[in-house]
Amino acid sequence: MSPFTTWDILRNLLFAAEWTILLSLVAFIGGGIVGLAVLFARTGRNAALRRVSMVYIELIQGTPLLMQLFLSFFGLSLLGFDVPPWFAAGLSLTLWTSAFLAEIWRGCVEAIPRGQWEASSSLAMTYFEQMRHVVLPQALRIAVPPTVGFSVQVVKGTALTSIIGFVELSKASTMITNATFQPFVVYGLAALVYFALCWPLSKSSQILERKLNVAHRNH
Amino acid sequence: MSLIAITEVRKRFGDNEVLKGINLDVDPGEVIAIIGKSGSGKSTLLRCINGLETIDDGEIMVAGAHLAPDDAHLRALRLKVGMIFQSFNLFPHLTAGRNVMLSPMVVKRVSAKDAEAEARLRLDQVGLGHKFDAYPDELSGGQQQRVAIARALAMQPLALLCDEITSALDPELVNEVLQVVGKLADEGMTLLMVTHEMRFAREVCDRVVFMHQGRVHEIGPPEQVFTNPQTPELQQFLGML
Amino acid sequence: MAYVFDYGAIVPYAPLIAKGVGITVELTVIGGALGVGLGIVCAWARSLGPRWLRPPVTLYVELIRNTPFLIQLFFIFFGLPSIGVSLGEMQAAILAMVINLGAYGCEIIRAGIEATPRGQFEAGASLAMTRIQTFRHVVLMPALQRIWPALTSQIVIVMFGSAVCSQIAVEDITFAANFIQSRTFRAFEAYIIATVLYLVLALILRQVMRSLGTLLFPRRRAAR
Repeated sequence: MSPFTTWDILRNLLFAAEWTILLSLVAFIGGGIVGLAVLFARTGRNAALRRVSMVYIELIQGTPLLMQLFLSFFGLSLLGFDVPPWFAAGLSLTLWTSAFLAEIWRGCVEAIPRGQWEASSSLAMTYFEQMRHVVLPQALRIAVPPTVGFSVQVVKGTALTSIIGFVELSKASTMITNATFQPFVVYGLAALVYFALCWPLSKSSQILERKLNVAHRNH
Repeated sequence: MSLIAITEVRKRFGDNEVLKGINLDVDPGEVIAIIGKSGSGKSTLLRCINGLETIDDGEIMVAGAHLAPDDAHLRALRLKVGMIFQSFNLFPHLTAGRNVMLSPMVVKRVSAKDAEAEARLRLDQVGLGHKFDAYPDELSGGQQQRVAIARALAMQPLALLCDEITSALDPELVNEVLQVVGKLADEGMTLLMVTHEMRFAREVCDRVVFMHQGRVHEIGPPEQVFTNPQTPELQQFLGML
Repeated sequence: MAYVFDYGAIVPYAPLIAKGVGITVELTVIGGALGVGLGIVCAWARSLGPRWLRPPVTLYVELIRNTPFLIQLFFIFFGLPSIGVSLGEMQAAILAMVINLGAYGCEIIRAGIEATPRGQFEAGASLAMTRIQTFRHVVLMPALQRIWPALTSQIVIVMFGSAVCSQIAVEDITFAANFIQSRTFRAFEAYIIATVLYLVLALILRQVMRSLGTLLFPRRRAAR
């Protein structure tokens, strides 16, 4: 029989899961920063910027993440850059995350009543001042649950980076399967590790949303 | 023998007892109006008779059959007793005709052809034969309620329960619905209706039930109830005090 | 540094790409239809079904929604044979997509069911319909109409997810692009063409779902 115990398999999977977590964090934080910029462009006053950001969001949401990974991995190296998998993975996931977060946040910004915009512009605030002091603080409250909810998609999205050779939980599963010939156990355990990462995020998103709804009703 | 026999029926919502021992017998062909303030339990009583609410105590018999809370008994009961709701509750995705045809086809396995013939007949009966292909959102409230009546009639019930069926209507639409109900009464349909239309109750009904705080407070022919109320509560309700 | 695009190199592979489009469409149509069916059954079970059925369905939904599609696919294709269930790559891909869409569809459709006014259930009951009859004939269609746009988006997401099926040698669009890339090293061209194809397929899919919607739900204002 195989010299690998289930514990050996799990230990190696958990080790690889660190890279899944790290990549998720990079993509989520990076995507948040880029997404905020896209949000400003998308909701701002400059018509050209609005168009560009809209096309950016449509293109990223309208195509598979896997294609985006391939394009940045193979594409950038054809342009003469030597692209390691971790860089292509981090870059595409960041851009992918930014488009989705920008769109989620736009919904939250647009949920703020028109009167808030009108009141703040009557106080002679610039667009950035309005966003910074009036709109975003209010939008933030309703943005938290869907943002946390989307983090689950980011964690699951990292699995695709295994296909361009980044060694994280999914790639490690395949490698361990090739060594142990126990695909049922390995992929089953990998699924459980993903579940352990994602489920708390899903659940807290749900709980936050319920709290927000209750708070709204008592308004 | 009475068609509907209600004996010592009690119903509680949590700590709040809304029916405190109701007794009422309805004969075949009888038209009964139930009046009373909101919260007096009149709608709850009607919903209990149709099994939409389960009773906590007492007994309800319809056409000799015992009302039990299991699905088979409930469905047997609902084949005998139709119900019309305040909010019409037409099925929004079906035309008026299809609304009427649905239950005979699904429950009684009537063929589409026979169900359609029946539906046309019933819609004619409520004066809406020409609206067979109209969707509910294309009909006025009064028309929707008449379709709901046709829908209940298509199941050929022994009795109809009407739960404030004109309360959600604009005043000018109330009459067209009441006319249909009046015609049904003339034709001998057994009717049990919760209503605020006192004039209608007086003209059409055989008996009037005044409910107060979960009890049948007064009962009698409309002449007696409306012109000679015995209790101060009914006198107050009728605006005589 | 400057990259010269050369789509001419791709031309000989047009049949492979065409086949890939066919396979992706096949996966999406079969997986989409069966997945929505599974979603309806699970949504019924979670919102109206017998109590004993709810925990297992909830477990299924949570497990699928909190694990990557890639792992689900590999588990089915590589893992299941060790317990005696061997599937071909197309069967495995379709099964994975159905199971995946079933879970997401369940939650979307459940929201539609739970927005049904109580009076609709009562009207069905008062017409002597059973709970199942009321669900099938009264509740289901307006519920689907309410969530049709969300369901459409989810099917598009599942189609994008199907790109992963190339990893178990399903010869879809991505498989074709990978193949061309490995033969010609024209990575940019291959993946741009594939990306555009997915983009166009998504537009077509949305249009098809819109038409299907107007066919299934003749009343625009009925969904309330």
